[in-house]
Amino acid sequence: MTDRKKCTAQITSQVKLAEGIYSMWLKFPDDMDAAGMAVPGQFISMYSADGSRLLPRPISICEINAGGRILRVVYRIAGKGTEEFSHLSAGNTINVTGPLGNGFTLKEGKKVLLAGGGIGIPPMLGLAQALKGDVMAVLGYRDQNLFLEDEFAPYAKTYVATEDGSTGVKGNIIDAINYYGLEPDIIYACGPLPMLRAVKALAEERGIEAQVSLEEKMACGIGACLGCVCNSKEKDSHSNVNNKRICKDGPVFDAREIIF
Amino acid sequence: MVLFLMPGKLYFSQNGGIMNLSVNFAGIEMKNPVTTASGTFGSGAEYKDYVDLNKLGAVTTKGVSSVPWQGNPVPRICETYGGMLNAIGLQNPGIDLFIERDLPFLKQYDTRIIVNVCGRTVEEYEEVAERLANTDADMLEINISCPNVEAGGIAFGQDPELARQVTDRIKQHAKQPVIMKLSPNVTNIAEMAKAVEAGGADAISLINTITGMKIDINKRTFALANKTGGLSGPAIKPVAVRMVYEAAHAVNIPVLGMGGIRDAEDALEFIMAGATMVAVGTANFNNPVATEEIIEGIAGFMEKNGVKNINELTGCVD
Repeated sequence: MTDRKKCTAQITSQVKLAEGIYSMWLKFPDDMDAAGMAVPGQFISMYSADGSRLLPRPISICEINAGGRILRVVYRIAGKGTEEFSHLSAGNTINVTGPLGNGFTLKEGKKVLLAGGGIGIPPMLGLAQALKGDVMAVLGYRDQNLFLEDEFAPYAKTYVATEDGSTGVKGNIIDAINYYGLEPDIIYACGPLPMLRAVKALAEERGIEAQVSLEEKMACGIGACLGCVCNSKEKDSHSNVNNKRICKDGPVFDAREIIF
Repeated sequence: MVLFLMPGKLYFSQNGGIMNLSVNFAGIEMKNPVTTASGTFGSGAEYKDYVDLNKLGAVTTKGVSSVPWQGNPVPRICETYGGMLNAIGLQNPGIDLFIERDLPFLKQYDTRIIVNVCGRTVEEYEEVAERLANTDADMLEINISCPNVEAGGIAFGQDPELARQVTDRIKQHAKQPVIMKLSPNVTNIAEMAKAVEAGGADAISLINTITGMKIDINKRTFALANKTGGLSGPAIKPVAVRMVYEAAHAVNIPVLGMGGIRDAEDALEFIMAGATMVAVGTANFNNPVATEEIIEGIAGFMEKNGVKNINELTGCVD
């Protein structure tokens, strides 16, 4: 009956990918097969060991190895909690719940474009691995401090944009899509709000589907506290108002459903 | 035989100890003194995969109003040292959907149902109390202390005469026992407790959150869109214990104590200070199984200290 739980995962490796960006693999205990349940686009709640930091940090899943019962997260140091995580190493443990949220809906037989901006890039890697067929990945960074871009190569034709023009196209993801003349049938996107707004606008302009993954400050992470909501176009059947819960109903939404 | 006569009331420990954790709270029998703090547990559905709801003394649901409320803009949440601020703004689906969906869900479980009620006017409280009259709700908890909505809410909770009046009005419409939830954002908590008792309250609960503020120094703005929010979590516990003690000594109606309870030791502080029941709130976010662990921890404390009945501990510090 209580099949979900907060569990203690073991860190099997942790490496620094770039300034402030870390990659961690987590192995789950026998009674909590988080890797077996996970799908791309979901997240896990990671808990601080410091009692002064109560709220779990929602971190998107980067890679899923169900057979090995391990999950990979790639995260950015955004505050004291994630900084604490960055000091952990192989053999250490961390409390987590998950997988949480809905994940991306995989559409077969389409020309897919994955748009990842900054720390929105990691969930795109797991999605690239899960998708078959014609996959393009457009990755947006602030500067030459790149991460993960080399790991996309086996799964997607990869394009890079940097805000300062130090690598790839100068500008944002939309600039890169236009520069390379990319014409997808569907866009999957995760990144900062201005980027998601631009993806939504592009998808509407071209009349194609876009699935966007949102982030917001969360408390419970499981849909109870209503801390992380986004405005929805239609009245949501659960909330009975024009709000959807990012942690539970999302974090992935059809861009047409959401009002930014 | 006692065991036979009191099924469900007794707690059997793994070591073979038998203890009575049940309490009578304003006429309602609870299998143990632990419930959830309104707003932290939804209507229980989101926690059912983590917690065996049958083990809880009661589930206290998120505040419900006469019509759906949209709540505040985001960010609604931020962490603070040993606590958190929230300004959800009482988003809720309204009483109709609550009765149609949430009450039947909870009725499947062997736990009591305390429905938290919010409103902007006295008439709205009355309307919700009336709608709940012939439902499976066991008790009503009236939120006159939310710091995050402009009208109603906290205004009723900061003026003793208004608090007495709103209690009296609600009591005329409610069929179930009424718990008035008090705000800590007052000068004299004993006076507020006495006021709602005079208005006919069957019980009081406290403390709601303490109004606070956090500044995001990098963005040079407020961490919450609402600017202010309600502080909860371990950071507020000593304030809460003090207020529960003062309120419990001011009135003759039972007290539901809350404010930063994270483990059984915290819960026992409230019980010894005079709370018949306790509610677990923010701790659910840090540990989804906190409620169950606290019940087990209270039983463990009783067993270790040879306490057969939880009521021996209630208000034992005087």
